[in-house]
Parts: sequence; structure tokens; C-alpha cells
Amino acid sequence: MKANCWQGRNHVEVENVPDPRIMNARDAVVKITSTAICGSDLHLYDGFMPTMQHGDILGHEFMGEVVDIGPGVDNLKIGDRVVVPFPIACGNCNACERELFSLCENSNPNAGIAEKLLGHPTAGIFGYSHMTGGFAGGQAEYARVPFADVGPIKIENDLPDESVLFLSDIFPTGWMGAEMCDIQQGDVVAVWGAGPVGQFAIASAFLMGAERVIAIDRFDYRLRMARERNGAETLNYEHVDIPEALKELTGGRGPDSCIDCVGMEAHCAHTVPHLYDRAKQAARLETDRGHALREAIMSCRNGGTVSIVGVYGGTMDKFPVGSLMNRSIQIRTGQCHVQRYLKPLLQRIEDGDIDPSFVISHYMSLDDAPLGYETFKHKQDDCMKVVLKP
Amino acid sequence: MATDLAHRGPHAGRGIDWPPDQLQSGIDTDGSPASSLAGPLARGLGWFSLGLGLAELLAPRSVAKMIGVPPTTGTLAVTQLMGVRELVHGLGILSSDRPAPWVWTRVAGDALDLGLLSRNLDRAGANRTRVAGAMLAVAGTTLGDLYDSTQLPRTAPAAMNVPMRVATSITINRSADDLYRYWRDLENLPDVMTHLKSVEDLGAGISRWTVRAPLGSSGTWDAEIVEDAPGVVVAWESLPGSDIPNSGEVRFKPAPGDRGTELHVLLHYEAPAGPIGAAVLKLFGDDPVQQVKDDIRRFKQVMETGQVVRSDGAAHGMDARSQPKQRPARPHSN
Ligand SMILES: NC(=O)c1ccc[n+]([C@@H]2O[C@H](COP(=O)([O-])OP(=O)(O)OC[C@H]3O[C@@H](n4cnc5c(N)ncnc54)[C@H](O)[C@@H]3O)[C@@H](O)[C@H]2O)c1
Ligand SMILES: [Zn+2]
Ligand SMILES: [Zn+2]
Repeated sequence: MKANCWQGRNHVEVENVPDPRIMNARDAVVKITSTAICGSDLHLYDGFMPTMQHGDILGHEFMGEVVDIGPGVDNLKIGDRVVVPFPIACGNCNACERELFSLCENSNPNAGIAEKLLGHPTAGIFGYSHMTGGFAGGQAEYARVPFADVGPIKIENDLPDESVLFLSDIFPTGWMGAEMCDIQQGDVVAVWGAGPVGQFAIASAFLMGAERVIAIDRFDYRLRMARERNGAETLNYEHVDIPEALKELTGGRGPDSCIDCVGMEAHCAHTVPHLYDRAKQAARLETDRGHALREAIMSCRNGGTVSIVGVYGGTMDKFPVGSLMNRSIQIRTGQCHVQRYLKPLLQRIEDGDIDPSFVISHYMSLDDAPLGYETFKHKQDDCMKVVLKP
Repeated sequence: MATDLAHRGPHAGRGIDWPPDQLQSGIDTDGSPASSLAGPLARGLGWFSLGLGLAELLAPRSVAKMIGVPPTTGTLAVTQLMGVRELVHGLGILSSDRPAPWVWTRVAGDALDLGLLSRNLDRAGANRTRVAGAMLAVAGTTLGDLYDSTQLPRTAPAAMNVPMRVATSITINRSADDLYRYWRDLENLPDVMTHLKSVEDLGAGISRWTVRAPLGSSGTWDAEIVEDAPGVVVAWESLPGSDIPNSGEVRFKPAPGDRGTELHVLLHYEAPAGPIGAAVLKLFGDDPVQQVKDDIRRFKQVMETGQVVRSDGAAHGMDARSQPKQRPARPHSN
């Protein structure tokens, strides 16, 4: 089959590789009909995620048709149409029983690596380095899906792929980002990053009853979508001082909740701090550039919540712990526990509350994955979200 | 207070100042607790510099191996230079009454190390996991975050003839009785402990253990169950005269709340001189704790999910020894 493989920093190639097979009784093999490129893939593409190997198949947002199932899967049959959540979870361990699926204690065969890097291991993830298990990803014609009796959700309506595909990751991720803010009546929510994850965080915050949502980015087309599609107010951090502007917009209080939808490759409008973080990250003195998160913490109102869904990998410098501690700020975070949200969010899509396809800006064939990565990375051609068709 | 006492469970540690000798996770030569070795090293940046510096200077090859860099003449020389620098920092910090400037020279030095290490990430033959691990360790050090790290030069492999002890634990979401039952049938163990080829129950509490050894050879010994309390403990000991004297015990403790059962494993083994001893050391690899942790994680997978989870990168499931030579995460034809 054809698959999009990581070949080093800024280098992916579509290659011919053997077809996947059932390796465990609870596996299924899915013939992929749609697969997307995520902001998380950019962290791999840019070479900031340790434990990648040349030849790894990328991709963790995919859906398709079940073409093979192991003897341990009794809730799916060949021909079923499924969306596959990006974390791999067994459904049996303590974490899964508590619906903390991205912390599944059994799905990561490289738990030892993850434990060394993070202190305790985390779940397996498709196409997302060896410390999350060394699982082949879904930017391919076929993918093997472990614990297929727990993860995939069957799509029994006739909604098109593009309306349900993002149940695999970014819609639940944005939703969880907003849910962790425990939004109350009258709350003002600020969202750093108006990428696909940020857009879903904005939409979700409104669905949860936020009074106002303020989106922060520097790309006009992304801020435009936040305003026009999702009803946010917007701030361009290249033009205004964000903490000051947020104070002004909230009568000096600061936003009740701040959601970081940027992650470890944050950019900073001011050259000196940006170069400082770039240099330290390049020298591997810190793995994470913290500009957006630092700003979110400093801007949040006293006693408010900072919710982090942007991905971080290791350590960060100049973390404003004093602001956090002295001002009683609560931090909530995590890789999304996607399995938890599949049913309720599919219901919302079916009810017409939201149609997640609004983020798609580009369709490409799987063969053009390298172009897709470049276009998305450099935000060329108003690129918001690339969907690849195998 | 009264309710506190009333709720005291069978394994409550309330009010205990845990002495190091009761915290035995890790590997150690028998007799002294694992954690006491790390203590003095972790006492300060100065001591850390001295320890690392000496190791880099005197044993550049093992340091290079530990951090995952191929030991060529070039890398060995650089490692030794890094060692000299560490010694200067360490002595500076420890002997100066104004240590601050010396600490800053350390920070500058860390930048250098990280630069060198990151170059190694792309080097053919470098062990990416270890290099990445070493980078994080150095990055951690920069923050003064000197937690008891596996990167410290205390993981030197067991010396011959020294009795070794490995201890680790895991929590499994099953009852103690279920776990005990699987474990008590010793013939099940090769499914989860990759270094075992077979265990044969000879009856009357005696069993014959065969281990995989390098080059297709194998080692065998007979062992006897010396303690057996259903749902509580299984302990075994090799019979006198065995080539590879060893013993082990697995204890099952109810975890608090509804968290299942804690499994505490303790292994003792002695590697005699000669080829068999060398094979034993190889068997447990240069990171025996990781090896045993993987084994009990595999056991947990089997008990909780009914299978050992595999991936394209880790086709044999949890296995520390195969992690360095992991295959790319893509289907393979064989
Ligand atoms: N927690 C999870 O489970 C999960 C799941 C999916 C994605 N993610 C993460 O979410 C993040 C966003 O993903 P995406 O697909 O939207 O990526 P993206 O690259 O499309 O969007 C990131 C946006 O952040 C903006 N940005 C950069 N620096 C900023 C700053 N200082 N202030 C404000 N905005 C800034 C960029 O301009 C860009 O528009 C990534 O880190 C990704 O890894 C997390
Ligand atoms: Zn994603
Ligand atoms: Zn699980």
C-alpha cells in the first residue's frame, strides 16, 4: 500500500510499504477513505518530538471501512464505516475505567521509553513517535487498529466523511479544552491559536455557554474564520499587546479562562524573546517554546483557569510559576481522551449543532502529502486544514 | 483523628517516615538499598559534576554507551573533554564560597553538551532513545532539577560474582486471587517473562526453569517454591548447586479504593564467573530493572486485556532489550 512516511526533519515521502495485518486478537484493519494532517504532525515534521525513526508512517486522524477483524472483536463487522480516535486504549485498565483514555496503561508497548522521558508512561498513539508505541499511522491506504472493540465509532448515518472525520481528534480536543474551563454564565474565554483546534475550542466554548470568546493569532484568514464562522472577537498579537488588550476588553479582570491551542512551537511577535526561545530550543536547552502559555497564564484573571491542549514535549524556560501560584490559577491539561467524547459529539453533529467540516481548506490526494505538509506548515494559500484522500 | 485511625487500611503508611531500606525499587548489589546509592550523588550540582566528570574521564566508553553515542575515537575524546570540564565545574562549585559564577559555567557547559548530543541524534548508529534521554537529563540538570535519574553513573552493569537484587512494582486492575492463580502456575511465566524459554512443573513444589541465552544456548536450573500463600505471595529459590543461583518473590497487596492489586516483585540473582555468568548478565541486559518492569507490564497486559500488545515498531511487545533496535512504525513483510 501507499503511506506517508517521516524521513527526517521537514521531509516526508509517500512510499510503498507492505499492507498491515492483524497482530492481536482485538485488532481490525481499516481501509482509509479520509485522513487529515494535524498541528501535532507539524511537531514531528519540524523535528521537535524525540524518538521518531526514518520510515515511520505518520497520521492519527483517519476514518474508513473495516476490511479485516481479529477474533477478539465482536462489535464490528467487515464493511462497517468507522472513525478511529487517535489515542489507543484498552478499555480494561484503571485509566480507561476512569475515561482517561489517552493515559491507557496497556496500549503503549514502549512504555519504558515514555516513562524515562515523562516520569510515567502514556497511551499508544497512531503515527506519533516510538515513545507513544511505534504504531504505524493513518496517512496511508490501510491502517491496523488495535483494541478495535473499544476505540472506533461506527457511523451509521449518511453524513459525508468530512463532517465526521474530525471526531478522531480536533473536534473532541477543542471541546475538551473548553470543557476543562468549567464555563459559567458570564464567562469570558480567551483562546490562543486560531488553528483548527482553536476554532473548535471557540465553537465549543460558545456551545457551553460562554458569554464572549476572544481569539488570538497573527494570521488574518484564521482570525477571520474565528470571527465570521464562530462569533469570536479577535486580537492579532503582531499588532496589539495581548495581556494589555485582554485587560481592556474585560474591565481589568482578565479572561475567566484561557485556552492554549498553540503548543510547543509558539511564535512571538517580538524578535528578542522569540530568538531566545528558538535558540534554546534549537540547542535542546528547552524542548518547548512557551510564549503563548506564558502569556495565557499572565493574562488569566485571579482564580481563573488555564486549559492547555497545545502539545508540549519536555521542558520549558521562564515558566511564570509565581503568577500561577500567587493568583490561585488552576491548570487543566491533557492529550484528548477522545473515546469519551465520540458518542455525545457525533450526536451534536447529527443534531446539526455543528458541522466540523468548516475547517477544511484543502483536499489533496495521499500522493501529495509532502505538498500538504509544506502548505500547512507555512500557512500558505490560507491553509487551515488539509484532508488527504488515499 | 478518630475517623482517620478507623480508616487505616491493611497497608496504610500513615505516620511512617519510610526508611530507605524499605524503598527497594531499582537494582542494587545485595545488602544496601538502591536509593541510598543515588542520595550522595544527587546532593548537589557540584557532586554531580564530580561524579559525571570522573565517569566521563575514566570510563568514556560506558558513558558513551549510556547516553547512546557510538564509541568512536572521536566521541570518546569529546566525552573525556566534557569530563575534564565537569571536574572543573564540580571542584569550582564545591570549593568556592561564592559558587554562583561556577554554577553559571555549568549552565554554559550544558549548552555545549546539548549541542553535541543533538548532533548525535542524526548520527548513524546512535541510539536515539538514549541520546534523547541524555539530552533531557542534561536539560533537566540545567534547571537544577537533579532528580534521581537513571542517567547517573550508578547503572553500571552488575559485576561478576556480586549478588544482585532487582525490585519493582505495578498496579493491576484484577483481584489478588486472579493474579496469584496465573502466577502460581509457573508454566505460564514464559508468556510474560521474555528471558524464560520454559518452566516445567516437576511436582511437589519443584520446577525446572530454562532461560534463553545468547547464541542459542540455554541455561537450566531447578527451583523450589519456598513460600506459597494464595492471594498473598509466591516465592521460589533455586536448589543448591544450581549454575545460576537465584530466587524471587511476588507479593500481591490490595490497592486502596477500587484500584485493583499491587504486585511487588523482588528478584535476587548471582552471576558466577565464566561463560554462564556472562550469559546471565547479558540476559538481564544492561538495565535489569527495565527488563523486569517490561515483564510485569506484559503480565499486566495479559491479565487486563488478554493479550501482549504489539506494534509495528515493537513487534514483540514490551521489551527493553529490543527497544534500541526498534523497526520503523510501518508494516513489515515478515
Ligand atoms: N491535546 C490534544 O489532544 C491535541 C490534539 C490535537 C492537536 N493538539 C495540539 O494543538 C495545537 C494546535 O493544533 P492545530 O492543528 O490547530 O495547529 P496549527 O499549527 O494549525 O495552529 C496553531 C496556531 O497557533 C498560532 N500561534 C503561534 N504562536 C502563537 C502565539 N504566540 N499566540 C497566539 N497564537 C499563536 C499559529 O499562528 C497557528 O495559527 C498543536 O500544538 C497540536 O499539537 C493537541
Ligand atoms: Zn491531531
Ligand atoms: Zn487502558
